[in-house]
Amino acid sequence: MSIIEVKGVSFKHGSTKVLEDVTFSVDKGDFVGLIGPNGSGKTTLLKLMLGIYPMQEGSIRILGQDIRDFSKHSKLGYVPQKAAGMNTDFPATVKEVVAMGLLSTKKHPKIIKKTDRRRIDSALEKVSMQQFKERRIDQLSGGQQQRVLIAKALVSSPAILFLDEPTTGIDQQSQEQFYDLLSKLNKSGITIMLVTHDTGRITRHVTKLASLNMRLDFYGTHKEFCALDKEHHFGHTHSLCLLRE
Amino acid sequence: MPAEGIKMLEMLSFGFMQKAFVTGIFAAIACSLLGTFLVLRRYALIGDGIAHISFGGVAAGLLFGAAPFTGALVFAIIGSIAILRLKEKAYLYGDSAIGMVSHASLGIGIFIASIAQGFNVDILSYLFGSILAIKTSEMILSIALATAIALTILVFYNDLFHMTYDEESARVSGVKVSVLNTLLITLTAITVVISMRVVGLMLASSLIVLPPVSALQTNSGFKKTIGITTLIAVISVCVGLTVAYYFDFAPSGTIVLVNACIFIMLFLMNKAGIFSRTSEQSA
Repeated sequence: MSIIEVKGVSFKHGSTKVLEDVTFSVDKGDFVGLIGPNGSGKTTLLKLMLGIYPMQEGSIRILGQDIRDFSKHSKLGYVPQKAAGMNTDFPATVKEVVAMGLLSTKKHPKIIKKTDRRRIDSALEKVSMQQFKERRIDQLSGGQQQRVLIAKALVSSPAILFLDEPTTGIDQQSQEQFYDLLSKLNKSGITIMLVTHDTGRITRHVTKLASLNMRLDFYGTHKEFCALDKEHHFGHTHSLCLLRE
Repeated sequence: MPAEGIKMLEMLSFGFMQKAFVTGIFAAIACSLLGTFLVLRRYALIGDGIAHISFGGVAAGLLFGAAPFTGALVFAIIGSIAILRLKEKAYLYGDSAIGMVSHASLGIGIFIASIAQGFNVDILSYLFGSILAIKTSEMILSIALATAIALTILVFYNDLFHMTYDEESARVSGVKVSVLNTLLITLTAITVVISMRVVGLMLASSLIVLPPVSALQTNSGFKKTIGITTLIAVISVCVGLTVAYYFDFAPSGTIVLVNACIFIMLFLMNKAGIFSRTSEQSA
């Protein structure tokens, strides 16, 4: 059953074409790695799927709803690229950051109840960060901060988790732990859409690969990807296939 | 009763001082509640832009015989929304949009002042503040507006918090970011106009910027930071007014200097590691 349907999506930033006629669908339970070189439109496509950018051409349906009229916000979890728009020295505790993920999806009055506290604790437990809940987020390491952002995304029990290059600036050991955590979440039933440059490690975890370079070059399993010679389109083919084998 | 206590009672027995304290405290609360969000969203200087816009409103109010307070309020709200729209629709950078609107309005103010010459002295009181000359109607309006601001922030606290932390993820969670941005800038416009009588248009944004920047030195969580910001703002108004009364200083400048002293004190304490030790213990 498709829970993400992208049909004929094209997008321009000003006069620069970023995406052209992108079409694919993601099934429930998939773990999709969205790969492509710099400027290939990965983040733009992710932001269109999340309704952050307005649609220009084509359509996107998430959980059966057109993204333009989307209302099931609690069903989407989003972990942004850390360095992007976030205040890294923001004066908030881990608990406050995770709570905002839950409260934003609730109706007024947005008050934390006992059950909400349990959900916050449970989300922090899932990412092994419960012992840090009173600590300010800027006092944590990069890997720990990303775990907190995953807890924030998980606290509303999402059906789909979107991640935009979440391992940028994180050491290798933390990256491996991070991908293991994503695999665990995927096995628990959460569909994952991961934008990444890390074409080596992700192949061990994802169920599908989407290779983007303005157009969608490839969409399918890793095995299918390696069976096709796509090197002229996407420079990582060789390392992607070598590392998996 | 000690002599200091009697002197304090004497100061508070004057109606103008009572009004100054009440208006100052409510303005401080409104500024500090908004200031934390604005400083963290890197909008700290929007208060200065709105203050310039308000100057045009004060001059227009004086020219047409309307209350300058009302003129400033109308100009500030329309001008601040124009800044947002210019940024969104004309794709101007935020600071360029602020510069465009605020300087145009400042130009209107100076133009009106030059052709109407008779009220230049009145304009000076709005530029530099005249908290001791506040009218009862202005005090009541300030209380009402500050209360409305506090209630609005209480209702939208979580959404504002989320938007301040990360606008994109707030949008994904269903937060109406555009509506909240308009709300935040409108509330800021109202707050600047309230502060106009307390510290003057020249220093109006000081009450928005200085208390949160000082509170941030304490390395506290978000709610605690807002609480400390409010406390600093109220203390600086009360201490500033008292010092100004006894030493015959200009109240607006004294309030801002007290704020600056609090910042220096907290900054040095932070550098000495006092606050970071506290936060590590709580972890």
